[in-house]
Amino acid sequence: MLKFLLLVNKQGHTRVSQYYEHMELEERTNMEAEITRKCLARSDDQCPFMEFKNFKVIYRRYASLLFIVGVDSDENELSILEFIHNLVETLDRYFSSVIMFNLDKVHMILDEMIMNGQIVETNKNRILAPISVLDEKPTS
Amino acid sequence: MPAPGKLRDLIRTIRAARTAADERSVISKECASIRDSFREEDNDFRCRNVAKLLYIHMLGYPAHFGQLECLKLIASPKFTDKRIGYLGAMLLLDERQDVHLLVTNSLKNDLSHTNQFVVGLALCSLGNICSQEMSRDLAGEVEKLLKSTNSYLRKKAALCAVRIVRKVPELMEVFVPTTRSLLTERNHGVLVCGVSLVTEMCRVNPETLSHFRRHVPTLVKTLKNLVMSGYSPEHDVSGISDPFIQVKVLRLLRMLGKDEESVSEQMNDVLAQVATNTETSKNVGNAILYETVLTIMDTKSESGLRVLAINILGRFLLNNDKNIRYVALNTLLKTVHADYNAVQRHRTTILDCLKDPDISIRRRAMELSFALINASNIRGMMKELLTFLVKTDVEFKSYVTSNIFLAAEKHSPNKRWHIDTMMKVLTTAGNFVRDDTVPSLIHLVSTSSELQGYAVQRLFKAMQNDISQQPLVQVGSWCCGEYGDQLFVESEEDEALNLTENDVLDVLESILYSTHSTPTTKEYALTAVMKLSTRFTVTMERIKNIINQFEVNMDVELQQRGVEFGSLFKNHDSMRSALLEKMPVMESKLAPEPVTNGEVSTQPTPPTQPVIETKEVVVEQKPPKQASETLLDLLGGGSQPEPTLAPVQPPAPAASSGGDLLDLLGGLDLGSTNAGPPPMNMMAPSPAVPNLLDGGGLLNPAGGGMQAPLQMNHEQIAPQNQNQDFSSGFPSMTAFENNGLKVTFAFDKAPGNHVVSIMVTATNSLAIPMTDFVFQAAVPKTFQLQLQSPSGNIVPPNNSGTVNQEVKVANPQQQPLRMRLKLMYKVNGAPVNEQGEVNSFPPGL
Repeated sequence: MLKFLLLVNKQGHTRVSQYYEHMELEERTNMEAEITRKCLARSDDQCPFMEFKNFKVIYRRYASLLFIVGVDSDENELSILEFIHNLVETLDRYFSSVIMFNLDKVHMILDEMIMNGQIVETNKNRILAPISVLDEKPTS
Repeated sequence: MPAPGKLRDLIRTIRAARTAADERSVISKECASIRDSFREEDNDFRCRNVAKLLYIHMLGYPAHFGQLECLKLIASPKFTDKRIGYLGAMLLLDERQDVHLLVTNSLKNDLSHTNQFVVGLALCSLGNICSQEMSRDLAGEVEKLLKSTNSYLRKKAALCAVRIVRKVPELMEVFVPTTRSLLTERNHGVLVCGVSLVTEMCRVNPETLSHFRRHVPTLVKTLKNLVMSGYSPEHDVSGISDPFIQVKVLRLLRMLGKDEESVSEQMNDVLAQVATNTETSKNVGNAILYETVLTIMDTKSESGLRVLAINILGRFLLNNDKNIRYVALNTLLKTVHADYNAVQRHRTTILDCLKDPDISIRRRAMELSFALINASNIRGMMKELLTFLVKTDVEFKSYVTSNIFLAAEKHSPNKRWHIDTMMKVLTTAGNFVRDDTVPSLIHLVSTSSELQGYAVQRLFKAMQNDISQQPLVQVGSWCCGEYGDQLFVESEEDEALNLTENDVLDVLESILYSTHSTPTTKEYALTAVMKLSTRFTVTMERIKNIINQFEVNMDVELQQRGVEFGSLFKNHDSMRSALLEKMPVMESKLAPEPVTNGEVSTQPTPPTQPVIETKEVVVEQKPPKQASETLLDLLGGGSQPEPTLAPVQPPAPAASSGGDLLDLLGGLDLGSTNAGPPPMNMMAPSPAVPNLLDGGGLLNPAGGGMQAPLQMNHEQIAPQNQNQDFSSGFPSMTAFENNGLKVTFAFDKAPGNHVVSIMVTATNSLAIPMTDFVFQAAVPKTFQLQLQSPSGNIVPPNNSGTVNQEVKVANPQQQPLRMRLKLMYKVNGAPVNEQGEVNSFPPGL
């Protein structure tokens, strides 16, 4: 099960965060900062897997964005890596450039893909269908 | 009121903020205006404001005041409002009940909305934030949607059900009937969610496992179809059709097949198919193979399949991708105990991983290498590990050294090899070894009489090269002191050292004055010099000189030694050679009988006892006394020493062994007026004053181990204690169990006696050792309690060993016993403190 998903830039600023387990605000910010710092400090010849407290952190870097996922310790690391890639491809297909200003859309896509920490859908067309319906609405 | 700025502008302003303080002020200003706008019930811009708030929340600022606004948005008929409202609910709502109650009604309405996207939104939010109350209220709606024909809704409803089952397990039966159709579903989204639901049900309630086992053929068929289907454009990930479902199904099969022979048998074929037919050039394929391996290992798969699985892992180890090497090592670590021999075959590959550029891979390879050491491969493995030790990261060194010692102790082919290995470790990474290494190497040398000459010569040579490695120097000094005469014996294989007595003293003296040397090391060296005074012949004057110089040393302990040794020369020269005899061979620290001070026996120390043994008794009393001091702490000073418990010497809490030594020398100096060494009186309590004459092998009371001298003495005082066993009429009990640490009590009580002996046994089920383990106990004031020294301070991992400690409790008023426990230890260097209370002692204690 996924515990949280973070999108962080190279400077360590959070761009998107979604939690699937309730966490107090302060604890959340501290943990976010610590994980981001650790991930950014790792070099390319290190595995993108980390053990953090009682769970695992898996991250993948795309240009200047770091996708960080926290998972239960029995989760398959390699398949999570693949899932991150799937997510990136989906985002890439929908947003031509900056995703920064469209936080709500990113969340909408995330909600189509992950719910309650479980994978819902990995087919890109189906993921994007509801959002494109929404996008068409104003014009029609 | 002017229209609030756009989210986009807010983001720009925040990003433009130069400092954290700037950012905070921008945000607090924005929050203030958002609050104002909320207060005015501004419906047009509520959506925009909440969106801004979500951004602010993401940055880690409090945004809870937006919760109610989210609810208002959810209740709005507009889809765009609803969307942001639900998003806000998912992000901002915590488990507070009153808000949840309000949202439940809106959810209920939306779940039966005619627009599938509205229902989808509601389901998604419910799946993410559902509480126990909401589960009870809305389970019916979710179940209805699970049966809908719309796959978009079914998949989301399935995941809602996952959440509900987790929150309120008894609602599970609502959903069980629908699972069958979910598992036969063709739509991948629904199927993957259905599998998640079944997995969750099995996890929450293991009783449902038997129900779902009948679905194994269905799952097997699904998996087979996925593997054999070839290209399916909808769910293809680099040539593999829907790896995510494959992984999920494999995991569910693992749960269902665990410990079930017949179920595992049904899976053999498909697992073999997946293992052989999966394309492994890409990460995806390896993800599936990895999951397959885990399933094979965890179920009762046939042996051929298990070999196949280990071989896949072996191939993983050779893979170029570091991630795959990492998971391979991780998995091998988990399975090494179950499939020991199969893993052994990949030993060389694993050893190669010790040189991997990635530190996490090196760490796992290192752990695995130690797990693989056995008597037949230890020579080769040790060679590799010693090379690894030289180059490895500082943070690994102490792990490597202590594990090398453990392995060497367990599997060493012969003592000479054992001594060589330990010395190699001490010379390469001497300053990284744990404290108990010194006594254990000393013990090793002292018990192998035929190798003492060899060892002392090797050690001396090493000391001639380098005196900065403290543990090496300590062992070396001790050996020089004890076996200095053997330094000059020609050994057959090594070229002769051609030493003179002065060479030896040169080295010892350089240790005494080196800035590298710790006080402890100097104490070892000084004692060694003293001991050499009976083994050397021509350098007597030089030895006296060295000793004399220390009579005025700044260090209290060294000064004390200097003065005492000096007075041996001056006043008791006749006793000197007897006092400086070789230490008797120490018994193993694994001797079952813990140290007792003979306290149960009321016999006083026989006055005719030889001096040297009295001395050992006196020094040996430190550990129990320390224990009683800590106890005193625990009880807030309420415990009184029980005189009948310690006839040899009542434990005076603040007494240092310096005081004991004073006693001793006072005894020695009977009748002589000039000898009572005055500096003694200013002696501060020194925590670990080592044994005066045996070279400080007992330096660390908690470090455990070298308690044999007392035992020898103890035999004379109270032989009846020697074979005490703990199998008396009282059942043993588990006093404490948490985080892998288990502490059990076994009782022994002689009828009519009000003193109970409790044998405390600590075991560790974690995969890593617990170090610096300290057990403390406290009892109410009507009891008296005495802790003996423990058998060690390291609890070995995987229940592979124990730490024993005897506790004596006197219960003069025959009241029911209660005890409070305090346990301290370190795991991976991180300190852990645990407390517990034991109230359920067997009656009659």
